[in-house]
This record gives sequence, structure tokens and C-alpha cells, in this order.
Amino acid sequence: MSETIHPEPVTARGVIKSFRGVPVLRGVDLTVRRGEVLVVMGPSGSGKTTLIRCLNGLERPESGEIRVCGVDISPGSGSRREIARRTRAVCSRTAMVFQQYNLFPHMTTLANVMEGPVTVRKVARCEAEQRARQLLARVGLRDKCHEYPSRLSGGQRQRVGIARALAMEPAVVLFDEPTSALDPELHEEVLLVMRQLAKDGMTMVVVTHEVGFARDVADRVLFMDNGLVVEEGPAKEFFSSPRDPRTRGFLRLVDG
Amino acid sequence: MIDLLRRAAPLLWDALYMTVLLGVSSFVIGVGIGLGAAVGRLSRFRTLRTVIGLYVSLFRGTPVLLQVLLVYYGLPQLGVEIAPVPAVIIALSLHAGAYLTETFRAGITAVDTGQRDAAHSMGMTGSQQFRRVILPQAVRIVVPPVGNQFISLMKDTSLASVVTVVELTRVAEIVGSSTFRYLEMFVVAGLIYWIICTLLAVGQEVLERRLGRVNA
Repeated sequence: MSETIHPEPVTARGVIKSFRGVPVLRGVDLTVRRGEVLVVMGPSGSGKTTLIRCLNGLERPESGEIRVCGVDISPGSGSRREIARRTRAVCSRTAMVFQQYNLFPHMTTLANVMEGPVTVRKVARCEAEQRARQLLARVGLRDKCHEYPSRLSGGQRQRVGIARALAMEPAVVLFDEPTSALDPELHEEVLLVMRQLAKDGMTMVVVTHEVGFARDVADRVLFMDNGLVVEEGPAKEFFSSPRDPRTRGFLRLVDG
Repeated sequence: MIDLLRRAAPLLWDALYMTVLLGVSSFVIGVGIGLGAAVGRLSRFRTLRTVIGLYVSLFRGTPVLLQVLLVYYGLPQLGVEIAPVPAVIIALSLHAGAYLTETFRAGITAVDTGQRDAAHSMGMTGSQQFRRVILPQAVRIVVPPVGNQFISLMKDTSLASVVTVVELTRVAEIVGSSTFRYLEMFVVAGLIYWIICTLLAVGQEVLERRLGRVNA
């Protein structure tokens, strides 16, 4: 791949978004550096999920600047068609892992993982299949290639979701509460895959409530409340000496 | 009775062929119309949505018989002369298409929005999302109502008899009137419709099971 490598694959400035007049993001800035794990935390309804959904065009903010891998997808930066085209370009260089997995139920796990490369990136089927098998092996599901998602446990489904994301050879992977729909005993198998990914140097933006994961893996933490970034900093500082009273309150709650 | 059937058999065979031809071709065209119109109805083009809404409303809100009569007897007044068989196929397709528009629209909107999110996040275009992700799942949802529609359409083909098409109902009537054995002939015609519809119902069930096994 001869793509330019961006030191900051994702930058967002002053992102504003509301749903039916209710403000959800009220001017959010965010920068993701290459190779880092940025964890986004905050109480429910603080706008975390909306924020990362703005980064690949799943939500259209009302205003603000968003650049992903050097592509400008800011609202008003071009015609509707043009922005849609650029958003697709962004999507083919990023990948998302969803809270509800969103695997394609009519396809086997192998076909799920092959879908992006074959349909979007026009990779030859046999090549895509070989790569998909490797990825499924990497997330520990080598023997589940021909199963349909409905026959897998939640943890297995989410691992397929991660393999499917990696198949796009993304510059950034966006995780939207990847463990929140799982039973507690299944969290670790997914987090393990994510830890490995972080160790391999993948750039990751992770919206999560998993404090343990954030503490161990995050390079930086961004804390949101009520549509604003309240606190942002290196993970060590964030957990050892949170500055904002809201952050302190939240950490007390989730940390037990 | 045996003798009657033996004499009517050649006519019944041709009539059966005609009935199936009318039913299947109207269904296939109707599915095409319904699918296209459903997509149009869900598009962001307001005028298109309005036009399709009007079409659905008119063809669901008037009797099929009237639609058949209008196409065959009414259109010639505007200089459009259509042979009986195509006229019936046009009317039945438009009629079925109106119902199928609503069926497909419901099927498409029933697919979980997360599926579209996932397809979008891979960088699929709108049409790739539709073909690869939404449609295959919508199809599974709509098999039962579409099967219903097909069965109902098969029986609506009997209306072709009023515009001189020689199909099952018309043959039963012709043979009945020439032999005064109306009872037998209408019972036989009824049985044939019933067999066709039963076969369709079985086909629907098989299809449902096969699609269901994949997803469950």
C-alpha cells in the first residue's frame, strides 16, 4: 500500500451535533495520533458514541471540522455527493466495531470477514479468503469459518466483528462500546484480542466503560460529559490524578 | 363424468397453461414493480415518493376487475389497443405491484439499522449496501407475505375470462354451457386452482425453511 502515513490520522475541531434540537455534541475537539490507543469515557448520554460515529460519517454533524486520513469530511466542505464520496474513502481506510456486533446474519463468519475487501476494495476472492482465514485464526476462531453468526456466542461474534474490521486493513479502528452487550464473563476474550491489537501498534479509538482495559492499554483518555470534553490527557495522569470533579466522581462510581 | 373429463382434457390443458402463464408473468413483473417502487418510496426524492404513494393508493383502492376492464376496454378509447392476454398481464402486474410495494417497503425497513451502519462503515455505496446487505435480509422477511400475494394473484387470473381470454374459468364455463354440466366443470376448475395454490404454498414453505435455516 502506497498510502501516505498520517501522523494524526483523525482530527476533529468544534464538532456540533444535535438530535431533534437536543444538543449532543457541543463543540468537541479530538486528535488521534498514529499508533496510539485513545479511550473515550464518560457517563451514558455524554455523546461518546455520537462522536465516534461522526468520524466515519454514520452521523453528520451540523458544524465543525473533521479530517480522517487526510480526507476532509467536514459538513459544508463540498456538495452532498462530494462529501458522500469522501466519506466512503474514509470508511475504506477506517473500520468500526459495534456494540451490537452488527454482523451480517445471512453470511458465514468467513463471508462476513471477506465482504469488505471483496465488495469495496475489489480484492480477489481467493486472496480475501486466505486473509480472512488468517484473521479469524488471529481472533481464535479458526474452526468457526463456516458457522453463521447466530450459532456463535456474544464474545465470539464480537471477535468476528474485530476480524471483519481488520480485514479492511484500516489505519484506525473505531470501537463503539465493544463489550457493553456482553455477559461479564465474556468481556475478557474480546479485551484480550483488543490488547493484542494495541500491542501490535494499531491505532484505536475505543469508547468503553472498561476501566481496567483503559488503565492498562490506553495511551490517552478523553472524558466527556454532556456533549463536551471535560478532561483529556495521558492515561496514567487521568487515572492517578483526575483534575475535573466530574471525572473524579465518574471514576469513583465505575471503579468501585 | 370420465367421459366429460376426457372430452374437456385438451381444453383444460391449454387453459391451465394460460392460467399459469398469466399468474407467473404478472407475479414476476409485479415483483419487479414492487421492488423498484419500494426503493423509490424510501428514497429522499419527495416527488417520486408522492407519485409512488398515489400509485399504491389507486391500485389498492380499486377492484382488480375494474382495472382489467379499464386496460382492455377503456384504453382503446385513447387509441391504445392491447391484446387480451397482455392487457390482463398489465392490469394484474400493476395491481400486484401496488401491494408488493408495501410488502417490500415493510421488509426493507424491518432490517436492523445496525446492518446499514456496518455496511456503511466498510465504505459500501448505497447500492452495494442495498444489494449485499439489506435486500438478502429483507427477502427472508417478506417470503410469507409475498407467497400470499402470489397465491392470491393466481386466483385473480380468473378475471381474464371477462376479457375473452381462454383460461381455466372460461373453459369451465364454455364446456359447462355446451354440455350443461356446469357443476362438474366448475368443481374441476376449482380443484385445479386449489392444486396450483397448494403447490405454491408448499414452495413457499420450502423456501422459508431454507432461508430460515441460514439465519435462524
